[in-house]
Amino acid sequence: MPEITMLEAIREALFEEMERDPTVVALGEDIGVYGGAFKVTDGLLAKYGPERVIDTPISETAIVGAACGMSYLGLRPVAEMQFIDFIACCFNQVTNFVAKSHYRCGAPVPMVLRGPSGGGVHGGPFHSANPEMYFVHTPGLKVIYPSTAYDAKGLLKSAIRDNNPVLFFEHKFLYRRVKEEVPKTDYTVPIGKAIVRRQGRDLTILSYAAAVHTALEAAATLAKEGIEAEVIDLRTLLPLDKETILASVKKTNRLLVVHEDTKTGGIAGEIAALVCENAFDHLDAPISRVTGLDTPVPYSPPLEAEFLPSVEKVSVAARELAKY
Amino acid sequence: MQTRLTPEKQVDLYYYMQLNRQLEERLVRLFRQNKVVGGVYSSLGQEGISVGTSYALEARDWLAPMIRNIGALLVKGFKPRDIFTQHMAKVTSPTQGKDGTSHFGDLKVRHVVSPISMLGDLIPVMTGVAMAGRYLGQNIVAMTWIGDGGSSTGAFHEGLNFAATQRAPFVLILENNQWAYSTPVSKQVPLRDLADRAKAYGIASKVVDGNDVLAVYETTKAAVDECRAGRGPILIEAKTMRMKGHAQHDPAEYVPKPMFEFWKSQDPIARYEAYLAENKIWDAKRKAEVDARIERELDEDQRFAEGSPLPSAELAKEGVYCEGCHTVEAQWERAKKEVMPPASCIDAIWKINEFGAFAAKQEHIPRQASTGNGMKPAVQVPASGSAQPVEVDIDKQPALRVPFGRGPKDRAFERERQEKQPPPKHRHRHKGRRR
Repeated sequence: MPEITMLEAIREALFEEMERDPTVVALGEDIGVYGGAFKVTDGLLAKYGPERVIDTPISETAIVGAACGMSYLGLRPVAEMQFIDFIACCFNQVTNFVAKSHYRCGAPVPMVLRGPSGGGVHGGPFHSANPEMYFVHTPGLKVIYPSTAYDAKGLLKSAIRDNNPVLFFEHKFLYRRVKEEVPKTDYTVPIGKAIVRRQGRDLTILSYAAAVHTALEAAATLAKEGIEAEVIDLRTLLPLDKETILASVKKTNRLLVVHEDTKTGGIAGEIAALVCENAFDHLDAPISRVTGLDTPVPYSPPLEAEFLPSVEKVSVAARELAKY
Repeated sequence: MQTRLTPEKQVDLYYYMQLNRQLEERLVRLFRQNKVVGGVYSSLGQEGISVGTSYALEARDWLAPMIRNIGALLVKGFKPRDIFTQHMAKVTSPTQGKDGTSHFGDLKVRHVVSPISMLGDLIPVMTGVAMAGRYLGQNIVAMTWIGDGGSSTGAFHEGLNFAATQRAPFVLILENNQWAYSTPVSKQVPLRDLADRAKAYGIASKVVDGNDVLAVYETTKAAVDECRAGRGPILIEAKTMRMKGHAQHDPAEYVPKPMFEFWKSQDPIARYEAYLAENKIWDAKRKAEVDARIERELDEDQRFAEGSPLPSAELAKEGVYCEGCHTVEAQWERAKKEVMPPASCIDAIWKINEFGAFAAKQEHIPRQASTGNGMKPAVQVPASGSAQPVEVDIDKQPALRVPFGRGPKDRAFERERQEKQPPPKHRHRHKGRRR
């Protein structure tokens, strides 16, 4: 099996799902002839035609609204935000129309809303956002944020086959930086399941998306110092895999949450509350957080580096936690 | 009014309008008795639009009502008990008490999409419905409504523009009831006819007297037929008046009294009753029968609703996600292989026919009228005129000329325009002199 990038894995998932099921259609800005701003959908139009691969006007509300309407007739649309930052333009359509549809009137919305997210590529305040928590706060949605090529492909397939609206965040720093062997055979990765990326006994580092790789790098450094960190990749933020989180905390008794999203209102706070409610007696130290700053994502490289969680910041926090 | 509707169906229109009105009057009484949990958003005076438009749809077609389109829900086959129980938040309501008013739907049988309170959002959603129906080969038309107020939202623009670029089989009814809550239409939109908004999207539009149910029906039917034939979307402005406040809590004191008086004289049900009598479509006996049927149905359904229990508290937690409770199935009415390779394969390149310069420089390219996209131009149906829209041959219409155009025809147009106009008078300014 050849190694492929996360971007190629996402593209493979789209091709395979469109081949498997003619109700799968794609729509978004510049996804057809151009193949998408990051070329994720490259080749899709040539193969599946303009009825299934729809270039839209710059109208995020229309994209999400139309995808919702299509799903009401049994289609499974995959809508792209050119950058996930632009999801703010259709916030109402996502949170009020799509998310509440099944609860309030029994109308399922089997659609996927996907797009490139996250910082580290000097995109500045409007092309680097991690807006996942707005949607984790919205009952009715599912929120996925993978960190590997294998997971990206398997989770996107699960998302397309799910009967609920799924937001699929693709960390653009990882698009072409992570590579691995990904099966050509049809497989899925279940939504709502975290995975232990590295076993450890001294503390748990919970993370997702690009920060998982930061955490793993820090764990390798810490191992040389005799600190064995367990690294967990959440993969799905909504619904959260509480069992895996609590099991690891009960094992290591120390918890560090690492994410690129801002600290205030980031998922670390929710996880801290979850652990306090369910495993307080198992904690040997206060829960610690390494996150993005409570600022927009700045443009200039030294500013952005300061914003992002780094191996250094994670290592320092982990050492403090281990010796508490 | 010329109509192709049979006398039976003409009486049907009365039945739905009167059912709509009597149902809402009962809701007002129930509201005053504290039996309605939320608000009552009256469509008094607008029944002709809800009924006339939705009556033009077929069973396979899709609609999404707005808050004042209870009449459309009745036409689509929902029963008064659905409306009663929704307002009274009963567990027997279509949403089991999770949402109220007209906020419910039925995707499988009646093809009704449930509205939300954020105005304009249904327009892109119904565009998607129309596109999916076309994709599946169902030959359906999708319809929704928007108010004069809601026509200023971003979703209205994004949705209608997308529908236009997709030529979606979609009919949008713009119900101009003169008021967005307390704000008159003149303070919302600098247009006499809101149908003119269609020009910005290059789509056809029509204006109709919203208080003339037959005109509404005929205009909508023509639009639905056009859309089904692939010439959508179409915007219809129906002029009417909201005869009550925004909802029951609002006495609408901001509306000038003469305005109410004028529109009271235009009442759609009174006008239609007179029409039915004058044209001998019915007699007093038939009217009495229909009215008695309405009373009987409302009595029964109101009793059902009042006797229904509220939902049990545990229901609050249920149904956030679809976990196998619903099946998602597309109804294919074309061969799937048409949308699969090799049939779906294309050369992924743009074909650009018009290079975007001033049209006058590119006369080898067939000119399009201002309504664009080869669509029919705006057609207006006079308030009490024939219901058949006047067809305009766009090729015979003078093309739009801009005074700064540089082509030979534009220069000639500009010369002619200047000759017609007297030279501008020199105006003296007396700055600062006025006290």
